[in-house]
Amino acid sequence: MGRTFREMERTPREEGGSWKDRIPWNKYFLAGLVMTGLALALGILGLFWTPYSTTAMSASEKFDPPSLLHIFGTDNFGRDIFSRVMKGLGTTIGISGLVVLFSGSAGILLGALTGYFGGLADEIVMRVTDAVNGFPSILLTLVIISLLGSGRQNVIISLGIVFVPSYVRIVRSEYLKLRDADYIRRARLLGVKDVRILFVHILPNIFSVFWVSVMIGFNNAILAESGMSYLGIGVQPPEASLGNMLSDAQGYLQAAPWYALSVGLSIVWVVLGFSLFSEGIRRGKCE
Amino acid sequence: MKRCFHGKKSLCVLLVTALLAMAVLGGCADGTGESSEDNSSKESTVESTQTDSAESGETTGADASGESTEPEGSESGSAEDAASGQETGDRYGGSIVVGVQQDIDSLDPHKATAAGTKEIIFNIFEGLVKPDENGNLINAVASDYTISEDGLVYTFTLRDNVKFHNGNVVTAEDVKYSLERVSGLLDGTPLISTLSTIKSVDILDEKTVQVTVENANTELIYSFVAAIIPAGSGEDETADPIGTGPFSFVSYKPQQGIVLAKNPDYWQEGLPYLDQVEFKIINSADTALLELQGGTIDFYAYLTDSQAQALQGSHQVISSPTNMVQALFLNNAVEPLNDVRVRQAISYALDKESINDFVGGGNGTLLSSAMLPTLKEYYVDLNDTYGTTANVEKAKELMADAGYADGFDMEIAIVSTYEFHMQTGEVIVEQLKEIGINATIKGMENSSWLDEVYNGRQFDATITALTCDMTPGYLMNRFQTESSKNFINFQSAEYDEIYAKAQAALDPDEKAGYYKELQKILCDQAGSVFIQAPANQTAISSKLEGYKFYPVYVQDMSTVYITE
Repeated sequence: MGRTFREMERTPREEGGSWKDRIPWNKYFLAGLVMTGLALALGILGLFWTPYSTTAMSASEKFDPPSLLHIFGTDNFGRDIFSRVMKGLGTTIGISGLVVLFSGSAGILLGALTGYFGGLADEIVMRVTDAVNGFPSILLTLVIISLLGSGRQNVIISLGIVFVPSYVRIVRSEYLKLRDADYIRRARLLGVKDVRILFVHILPNIFSVFWVSVMIGFNNAILAESGMSYLGIGVQPPEASLGNMLSDAQGYLQAAPWYALSVGLSIVWVVLGFSLFSEGIRRGKCE
Repeated sequence: MKRCFHGKKSLCVLLVTALLAMAVLGGCADGTGESSEDNSSKESTVESTQTDSAESGETTGADASGESTEPEGSESGSAEDAASGQETGDRYGGSIVVGVQQDIDSLDPHKATAAGTKEIIFNIFEGLVKPDENGNLINAVASDYTISEDGLVYTFTLRDNVKFHNGNVVTAEDVKYSLERVSGLLDGTPLISTLSTIKSVDILDEKTVQVTVENANTELIYSFVAAIIPAGSGEDETADPIGTGPFSFVSYKPQQGIVLAKNPDYWQEGLPYLDQVEFKIINSADTALLELQGGTIDFYAYLTDSQAQALQGSHQVISSPTNMVQALFLNNAVEPLNDVRVRQAISYALDKESINDFVGGGNGTLLSSAMLPTLKEYYVDLNDTYGTTANVEKAKELMADAGYADGFDMEIAIVSTYEFHMQTGEVIVEQLKEIGINATIKGMENSSWLDEVYNGRQFDATITALTCDMTPGYLMNRFQTESSKNFINFQSAEYDEIYAKAQAALDPDEKAGYYKELQKILCDQAGSVFIQAPANQTAISSKLEGYKFYPVYVQDMSTVYITE
């Protein structure tokens, strides 16, 4: 019995080696890293500094095509689109991040408890998630928004609620699988408390699966936020978000095609970046 | 390695599937487009031969009326004279789709209040009189009327052989019933408040109806545009509206639209030309633009300036003044907007010219009070009061006076589907920053806006446009302290007093004088910040002719015809 209790409790994941060896250096991962990195950097920078004001209007610069001064051109109020895209990236990524944080934590909590313990609570939570899943997600968000009113926080709340079921299901199924694994039984025999088993023993081992669903969820959140702002129920103008900019841009497809293009491509850039990133993680070291 | 190859293969499959899907969808779209066109052209030819043979006696009459009613038939005008029968025959038939912005509130013509409903049901219902394109009243169900010297007795003579859509001839009974219904004589609740002054409706003979009113009012005759409906129909109108207008009701689907068909018995000979008109509800102006370009709608009257420019060339785009007053309405009952100095400060801070430039392409008419310049006798230009450009210094001074030197937070509620108001809001938010007011836009859905803002009066500020009819009192009426429509909670004893005088005045000049005073009070007290009468940009499919612009908010489809 030379081993300490802590050593005996050690879970399989921890034997995998240092984190540096675990990074999947494949081309998907790299491309995703570069794309999301750039978007995140611009978004974060946009919170503090933009080349031009994002709200100041100028009649003389209405619909200037892309140039060195305004690399994405200007919009119908003469505002620099690049600056607004920067701000919009920050807004959109921030909202999506919070949505994922909120729904992801709720998903882990609910999924872990229901998956590990089962029983009546499991039955109830699963039926509720079934019910939530039964509605088309956009309809459900619309209902919640109409109850709460539009605006930034309410978008986060409503999307958060709508996204919870998907996480609950994934987390629950993983817990269901692992709760009878040998190392968990052993931990239980050693008298480890349930809470510790839940979050120290099992949670790290479902992370690779969970991480992918977070990435996908993040993408969905970006698209959903854009979609809601596009419908005019999300972030309110003149505040910039990629969605409401795209919605504005649609009216000027002929007059200022660069407006819709630059905003639309920015959304594509972010979503594609995250998709590649998560794809890279999923594939691991295949290449 | 194997997995990666698999990845590429699936990408290929995905691409091919996408291409196929697009091809199929594209094909479908083309197919339906063609077939519907085919249908309509077939219909139109069938209809035109029918009218030619069956109503050949009437075609000359139709020609004459057609000529006189359309001001811009320049191209086809001379040709018609040469070959009248053939040419006018070709005008008949076909169906068009008109895009409208909002769902209707009621099909009962006496209960409908939304402007968006009235513009549609103008085609179904008619009153004893109706407005024409010049803003004058013309006789409709009545062929003539006289008003007694003291303004208390109106005598209407009914037109011969005006038929309801159910085939029955309009009788004096129907007129009596309709007028009693709207005036509240039937059950005590007036449906149209201006007509509540009616004391009695008497049938003098089969063709003559006499209306006696309590108070003389020279504007009252305009209220007799109230729809005439069959006696006793009442509540049935909601489900099955029956009127005397050029088109009869076919079907209505909530949130989708309303379909009307030609009324073959319409009293104006030769009208209408179209067999069917569908009013399709399109919630977003962007969608409307795409639908116009795709040809799924033929007519849309609420384009933004840039959209209008995008359609130039492919459609007839016509700019006309609206009968609406757009304003930043301020709730006079909430802090700090209950301070007249704050409201004046906001009035000074707004740069109406740049709003007009940014949002309306410079086509709007700037206003400073709730009266339209088209009502020439009553309108007084007050644009000098606050100026049409921003006067930030003066505004800041007033803000400081009122104790808000550091500004305050304000929420502007706007119906988010109204692009025009949303964009106005964006400009205003920016302009208010200059005087320290931190305004935010609250986008709302139309029905919750009506509940909370318009009826519930729970708001700081809102941007909308109020429609006006042909009477000067229509808009001024709502700013009386006790008016149920006074959603901005404007309070001025002086205003109430003068409004009462204006209503009582029989001399036109005296009346106009009072109305000018009212505008001045409203402007000086800065009840709200009146911005402009926006210009209306209407897009009409290039195959349509004969549309008439009205100074009131209606879409008259009776004179529209298809040229191809």
